[in-house]
Amino acid sequence: METSDTAKKTTPNSLASVATARSQKKPGTAPLGSGLEARKIHAWFGKHLALKDVSLDFSSGTVTALIGPSGCGKSTFIRTLNRMHEFIPSAAFAGEVLLDNEDIYGSGVDVTKIRLQIGMVFQKPNPFPSMSIGENVLSGIKLAQLNIPKSEQNDLVEDCLIRAGLWSEVKDRLDAHGGSLSGGQQQRLCIARSLAVKPKVLLMDEPCSALDPGSTLRIEETISQLSSSMTIIIVTHNMQQAARVSDYTAFFLSDGGPGEVIEVGPTSQIFTKPRDQRTENYVSGRFG
Amino acid sequence: MSNTLPVQRKISTKPRPSDVAFRGIVTSFGFINLAILTLIGAFLLFRGFEVFRVEGFSFLTDQRWELTEESGVSSGNIGIGAMLVGTLLAALVALIVALPVSVLTALMLNFYAPIWIRNFFVTVIDLMAAFPSILFGLWGFFVLMPSAEYWAMLLNRYLGWFPVFQVDQPFFTRSPFIAGLVLAIMIIPIITSVSREVFSQAPLDRIQAAYSLGANKWSMIKAVVLPFGANGVVGGAMLGLGRAFGETVAVYTVLNLVYSINLQVLFGAGGNVASHIVTRWGEAGEYEVKALLAAGFVLFLLTLLVNFMADWVVKRTVRKGR
Repeated sequence: METSDTAKKTTPNSLASVATARSQKKPGTAPLGSGLEARKIHAWFGKHLALKDVSLDFSSGTVTALIGPSGCGKSTFIRTLNRMHEFIPSAAFAGEVLLDNEDIYGSGVDVTKIRLQIGMVFQKPNPFPSMSIGENVLSGIKLAQLNIPKSEQNDLVEDCLIRAGLWSEVKDRLDAHGGSLSGGQQQRLCIARSLAVKPKVLLMDEPCSALDPGSTLRIEETISQLSSSMTIIIVTHNMQQAARVSDYTAFFLSDGGPGEVIEVGPTSQIFTKPRDQRTENYVSGRFG
Repeated sequence: MSNTLPVQRKISTKPRPSDVAFRGIVTSFGFINLAILTLIGAFLLFRGFEVFRVEGFSFLTDQRWELTEESGVSSGNIGIGAMLVGTLLAALVALIVALPVSVLTALMLNFYAPIWIRNFFVTVIDLMAAFPSILFGLWGFFVLMPSAEYWAMLLNRYLGWFPVFQVDQPFFTRSPFIAGLVLAIMIIPIITSVSREVFSQAPLDRIQAAYSLGANKWSMIKAVVLPFGANGVVGGAMLGLGRAFGETVAVYTVLNLVYSINLQVLFGAGGNVASHIVTRWGEAGEYEVKALLAAGFVLFLLTLLVNFMADWVVKRTVRKGR
């Protein structure tokens, strides 16, 4: 029912063309958002090399799951993709991340503009407690100093909450504080918040790890709906989740040294006939 | 289905002897503070009570402090109206000047300064907080006052149309404005240090959320750090205000005590309860000493009032940013 609601709204990518592209399964076409390419990514914390030589392509309109045991560098990797990595003191980086063929680490790049195009949802729901639900959705607009007319703000709030699958639960109390919601609702509010600035790519760092199964299911539905109009990269420890929501899966592993990508491919292939023995061991639950 | 609920049980635990002993120690030491505060208040009230009885409410409103004592019989008209107003005025000037300086310094140290500058500044600011106030007073008298008089003149010349900056006569020396500046310098370290502490506790996940939404540093600070730290800043400001109310020596050095209410901050005439007590102390007779202790009691109440107000403000805002 949310989809029919969404269809009434006009979003930047015409929904009809997105739906067509999606139904004809043509990842890589423009209506499905922008692709992201990571080239030879290395990441350090101080002298410690945490991530070694990771190159991954994320085609537009696809959902890619990053799986692997704790400490294998998945989170570090996803944080290099929108330059959140550099907030950690002593963090260092090598490699390139290309968004629409432009290096987001290039000199002269305004990092705040990059983060508007590559949104992020964190492990722990983190709505702004001093703001109401509606203000939380619009917080990115304010933070990035984008000006949109007052008349469009209400529509944007509604549109984002519908797309995040939260509208029906909060439409009568948009003035309530964000902290008054349950954990799962807060996380969907955070998703709605990141949608409001119209990102082309959405990074999700274990978005369901703090949530109960019901909320997890709602968020997975949300991801499926969103993937019709943007590129999504999700870190997850839950292999069922990876299998349910993603088109592609990348398996990360660290053998005590830096994390590396062991195998990447279509999700069905990773889970049914992986090429690497270590992948097979992990996805079949023999370790990790 | 029966709807009689069971009786609620009393939940208790049997503490170990060591815990009982420690609990006794911390409790008794904790109550020492309260006991001292109560005793001081009671002493001031007890000794000053006669004055409150004789002078009544006019002790708070009367501006004059004229008193003759002959063979143990005192007569005259005494009140601390001018002194109270002067205290509030100078403290207000101090707060208006110190608050923005302190908050901006705290933001600079936490979010913009390299780590070595931060460490160095924190040391300097702590040192400033512990600096003897007479030195601030002397410096204020010899160094700050000549410049501040000139600033006061400029303020009066160009912003004199604004009631606050009016003066009846161009006499700018030893004004509440200058006393306020000296007090501001004294309370900046307190407010800065408290603000810096609360700002540094702003939750990292919210800071990252703001950045991930395309915030720059300033918009992140506006959306996350300031709402989170607001009540801490208020608390720091009230601590500073408390010191500004009670400060004696520094104010005494740079303020012209005049026993008539003056609301013109730039005009060289002001009042201050604490300085007033110190000035009159040496030559006071029996009744005047009581009057001074009564004045002390009023100052005591004023400080308590400010603290309760601060508490109230903090409690009202506490849910918003946290």
